Amino acid sequence: LVSTEEDKYGVYSHLLFKYFLAEGIVCGHDLFVASAKELPTNILKELPAPLLDNCRNEAGEEAATVPSEDDSMQIAWRYQNFPKMEASPSTSSRFGHYYDISKTMSSELIQSVKCHSFFLPEEPSLQPTIKMHDTNCGYARLLQSIQKIIYQEGFDGSHPQKKQKNVLRIAIQSLGSMLWDDDICCTDNPKDTHSLTKFLYVLRGLLRKSLSACVITVPAHLIQNKAIMERVTNLSDVVVGLESFIGSERETNPLYKDYHGLIHVHQIPRLNCLICDVSDTKDLAFRLKRKQFTIERLHLPPDLSDAVSRSSKQELAAAAKLLSSGCGAGAGGKKHLDF
Amino acid sequence: QGKFTLLRDTRTDGSFLVHHFLSFYLRAGCKVCFVALLQSFSHYNIVAQKLGVNLTAAKERGQLVFLEGLGSCLDVVFGKEELAEEQEAKQPHPLQFVRTTSSSSGTASDLRALLDFVRASLVPVDGDAWQGRVLLLDELGILLSLGAAPVAVLDFVHYCRVAVCSRLQGNIVVLVHSDEDSEDEENRLLVTSLCHHSDLILWAEGLATGFCKDVHGQLKIIRRTSLQPGGERDTQQLYQYKIQERNVTFFARGMSAAVL
Repeated sequence: LVSTEEDKYGVYSHLLFKYFLAEGIVCGHDLFVASAKELPTNILKELPAPLLDNCRNEAGEEAATVPSEDDSMQIAWRYQNFPKMEASPSTSSRFGHYYDISKTMSSELIQSVKCHSFFLPEEPSLQPTIKMHDTNCGYARLLQSIQKIIYQEGFDGSHPQKKQKNVLRIAIQSLGSMLWDDDICCTDNPKDTHSLTKFLYVLRGLLRKSLSACVITVPAHLIQNKAIMERVTNLSDVVVGLESFIGSERETNPLYKDYHGLIHVHQIPRLNCLICDVSDTKDLAFRLKRKQFTIERLHLPPDLSDAVSRSSKQELAAAAKLLSSGCGAGAGGKKHLDF
Repeated sequence: QGKFTLLRDTRTDGSFLVHHFLSFYLRAGCKVCFVALLQSFSHYNIVAQKLGVNLTAAKERGQLVFLEGLGSCLDVVFGKEELAEEQEAKQPHPLQFVRTTSSSSGTASDLRALLDFVRASLVPVDGDAWQGRVLLLDELGILLSLGAAPVAVLDFVHYCRVAVCSRLQGNIVVLVHSDEDSEDEENRLLVTSLCHHSDLILWAEGLATGFCKDVHGQLKIIRRTSLQPGGERDTQQLYQYKIQERNVTFFARGMSAAVL
């Protein structure tokens, strides 16, 4: 279960949402799209078009790092032995597909996979038959719908003779927002604090028992009661937070001038082993180019300006401190590194 | 015998302790009731195999009673109407509090079915020769997420102690998450209360200075000798640890192999 904490205006998290669905179509997985705010068919119409193989090299070259220099370093020779700084975490391994966000996916490609949808305003308002006390009706109906699809299409192994196994990609938009009839985003003391967490627990149970993967987006910045967000984090396998610079003071910060936002990896799954594979990179930033959305390691540019005033240096230092508040498996220790 | 051990983690994941205790007690020949709310059976099974214990075999010979929270809550929530009613007449499902309404008479009845399940699974049966009885619970905060009131959870733990520690001379090991700047008041209440009543606290903390590749965290071992007659102060030991593929290495603070 991948939880994405939405950025303030939902722009970039929606982009990641669409990437997840587009990848599903290209891989031939079945899709289940649930939303309370936008018609699933409209979401599907806006998916980015996949880049074919010959275009991929072009895109790869665009994102490539500076060509290497052959002469060895004279002054900073200690750094000779360090691996070359790579902007993108792994350029060598090919995992997934590349997309061009300036073009939309063709409708034939979309129709090549089965897409199930759930749009809350259009669902018939029957009383859900599943038994969960005190749970929000919208969540209960969504769970029922997901369970029905999983059972009917055989993702949980219930119809072994039907067809070859496939994966179901479930994508749920803006869970916890007011549109799902949940008031955790409006007040500090919502009348039902457990709806969302119960929903997530049962959803995770469904995911574990079937061949499915799920990405949800949560408007974390709107949820007043932080305890709920902590519980959502504990109940998810992966938690990624997006922080966009739109409208914040970081937009003008010279440290961030090439990027549009930061990515915080709060939690990574620790499944089937004692430890998880924590990457060395903790500071990730993203950038939205015309054709591509890239995630890169955030690195400080060299401080080459002569007249750097003290105040801007302090600002940079404060920003750099905030960068390394690591993910859940590590620790966030800003206080002890003040020097 | 008869001890209550609290596993606590802050800023890191303490589930390696759960895996350790599970394989430790199974290898020692105890009968274990494992209420696994956080992950699926196959996850625990795969890790236990790395530690040298086969959970499926333990289940088959009756040494391990495993309640998989994620799987059985699906039965509770999506179960068929008719089947559920006749089953409940016989034996209520341990997780039925997710489904039923909280009664006005008191919140203790919420988790009663779970308590009965625990008691029934550990009760001595003629012919079994297990060395001891253990209740293992991963993770207590999930009961709060599923809608149980903190007082109900504390009552549940209390009755488990009566049943397992006092009457059966067994041990209980429970994992809870806790964070210093957490705003989850219910969880904090739970953790504080359990700390006061535990005989042994194993507290896994992430390093205060941030993430480190060679030292994954520190483990504080607090023996509550103040609870025993004699009234001595609690003893506390501190170790740092690094988790590897099949085991965890402990060392004194600052003595990590990477530093020396």
